[in-house]
Amino acid sequence: MKTITAPYRIEGGVHPAYRKELARERAILAMPPPGLVRISMAQHLGAPAKPLVKKGDTVLRGQRIGEPGGFVSAAAHASVSGTVQAVGPAPTASGALAMAVDIESDGNDTSLEPGPRHDNWAELDAKTLIGLVADAGIVGMGGAGFPTHVKLSPPPDKTIDTLIVNGAECEPFLTADDRLMREQADGIWTGISILRHILGARSVRVAIEDNKPEALKAMERAMAGAEGDVTLIVLPASYPQGAEKQQIYGITGRETPSGGLPMDVGCLVENVGTCLAVRDAIVNGRPLTERVTTVTGDPVAEPGNILNRIGTLYSDLIAFCGGLRSPATKIVSGGPMMGFAQGSLESATAKTTSGLLALAPDQAPVYESLPCIACGRCVRACPMTLLPCELSQALEAEDYELADAFHVMDCIECGCCAFVCPARRPLVQHMRGGKARIALKRREAMQNNKEKG
Amino acid sequence: MDIANVNPVALTALAIGLIGLVCGAALALAARFLAVHEDPRIGQVADILPGANCGGCAYAGCADYAKAIVLNDAAINLCAPGGQEVLDKLCAFLGKTAEAAEKKTAIVLCGGDSGKAPRRFAYNGVADCAAAQAVHGGDKRCGYGCLGYGSCARICPAGAIEIANGLAKVHKNLCIGCGACVKACPRTLIQMIPVSRTIHVLCRSRDKGPVVKKACSVGCIGCTRCAKIADDGQIAMDGPLAVVDYAKPFDNEEAVEKCPTHCIVRA
Ligand code: SF4
Ligand code: SF4
Ligand code: SF4
Ligand code: SF4
Repeated sequence: MKTITAPYRIEGGVHPAYRKELARERAILAMPPPGLVRISMAQHLGAPAKPLVKKGDTVLRGQRIGEPGGFVSAAAHASVSGTVQAVGPAPTASGALAMAVDIESDGNDTSLEPGPRHDNWAELDAKTLIGLVADAGIVGMGGAGFPTHVKLSPPPDKTIDTLIVNGAECEPFLTADDRLMREQADGIWTGISILRHILGARSVRVAIEDNKPEALKAMERAMAGAEGDVTLIVLPASYPQGAEKQQIYGITGRETPSGGLPMDVGCLVENVGTCLAVRDAIVNGRPLTERVTTVTGDPVAEPGNILNRIGTLYSDLIAFCGGLRSPATKIVSGGPMMGFAQGSLESATAKTTSGLLALAPDQAPVYESLPCIACGRCVRACPMTLLPCELSQALEAEDYELADAFHVMDCIECGCCAFVCPARRPLVQHMRGGKARIALKRREAMQNNKEKG
Repeated sequence: MDIANVNPVALTALAIGLIGLVCGAALALAARFLAVHEDPRIGQVADILPGANCGGCAYAGCADYAKAIVLNDAAINLCAPGGQEVLDKLCAFLGKTAEAAEKKTAIVLCGGDSGKAPRRFAYNGVADCAAAQAVHGGDKRCGYGCLGYGSCARICPAGAIEIANGLAKVHKNLCIGCGACVKACPRTLIQMIPVSRTIHVLCRSRDKGPVVKKACSVGCIGCTRCAKIADDGQIAMDGPLAVVDYAKPFDNEEAVEKCPTHCIVRA
């Protein structure tokens, strides 16, 4: 085991005010089960899960209440014991409607018998372990929510030689992963070892930004005895250092091809929270029913890192943190750069909810956007080396072909361009809209081709 | 003659002149031997069509439709903006007969303007309905109503859609019936209906009554009174929502008067 600084520098990026001091010294606090949880069937990328329960059913904590709706999908589990109050559409953090199961807690928090413990995981084969990961409903907990068992089953023609563990947490304000690494480094390391065993990966890289010295030290201690090619990478703090493609480049120098996946360059990236969930699933036989969410922002009375049941309503989560002590104009699910602004507090936490952020009026001003002044700052800031100014103008003119030719589909929606734009152009919104439109067109074209035979 | 002694200006002029001559001849020959002979009727039919290029006929524009009429025997009554007048001319020119389809107009099936249907939050982004819809499902409290960012108005070739007080409204007298706006609306609020129809349920909310009431003062709460008045299916309940069947003629003021939320209107 050795510790080195990231050998490659990523393109572009920005340095926002990190504001992590609000919550970083607050130890993880477990929130008692709330009166009601709303468990979405679409907490992951891919097909939504299918509800297995109906109104009136009684469920126990850890009971499977949603089965995967396809190969790229994930199971969902009850996070409290109680009675199913409703099964119906509810808005997810992004505002899209998806089926959700409302469970009224009976206050007893009775758990289903945990599954068998597999302390002997090193003797089990990959297939069995991947099955256990799938059964536990584990998805990428950094934010994207890609089902982990799918990531762990690459097609036979791809070999993964490097497992990258993402502890960068480059989003401002968020400190959940930081706390997790400081408090549960050994558990994370066990999870990493299990993933390494499943993949048979030669190299392991654990990447943490240099603004988390305690987390670095804690992980260094946990990994001290590791054998083989295991390296702790110190990343220079910069946003979006934790984005998958940027991280792969920063650590290995490999460039993920346009439209490609990390496995195309022999890598797999997992978030530290996901590693801990894998440990819990395999060693403790427990499915994923809780996670740490940073509740923060200047208006929040008691910011903190809250271990909450998945499905906790945002309103309950904020109330648990003492409520708002000053008015907030914007509430964001996730971090300020890539999170989703909320229209109400009716949404509930999901497996991917890393943060809940309240912004004061002066932090989220209403501004007017002006025409592009061609200053080029967005071009310098874009970590994907795109031309955000050109793209946004093409999309404004609804010229989707041009935008596609200029690789709008490679945009990772990191928000760096909009962050630096002096004309305050809503660049990311243009990209998001354009990507959705082009994806739809591609699907339609595929459908047409199929119909034509 | 020593070429170096010739005036360079004259030489240049001569060279360019020669190139011009050769190219001109090539073009003249190409025009003669490579000419594509188009059916002259295509141009004539295109001249009859109104030239609005609205795409309502489902062809790429008037010229494309003209081509389809002449070469592929396409139906000749598809031009909504042209109406009876253009149809008559086409019949005369092509020696065909055809029934005119009844003139259609677009209608926005929502009556909740900013005063009647409040917003959940202040949206400060791209002024486009699809973009607004993508931000936490749209800023309007009603998840079905008109967002009022005018995607339909921008696409309308006739300038027939006005956005007033956060609500889109089609001016019947200006609408040429092309249907372009129907696809533009992310909330599928716009429908093409026969112009002669005058009674409409201006609501598309599929929420139940109490939810509708909280979101909009002129929403359909599913009380079924209208469906009982229009008992031949002219207005029928589709779950919690009353829906006009525009294929069935109906003109009964009672339905308008009895609707408790006034979401049924005459227009
Ligand atoms: S949001 Fe997209 S275009 Fe803008 S900087 Fe990030 S990757 Fe580049
Ligand atoms: S930063 Fe803004 S103003 Fe400058 S080039 Fe990019 S889009 Fe234009
Ligand atoms: S209102 Fe709609 S149907 Fe009427 S002319 Fe405009 S776009 Fe065409
Ligand atoms: S009718 Fe549809 S497209 Fe037109 S303004 Fe309303 S929501 Fe937007």
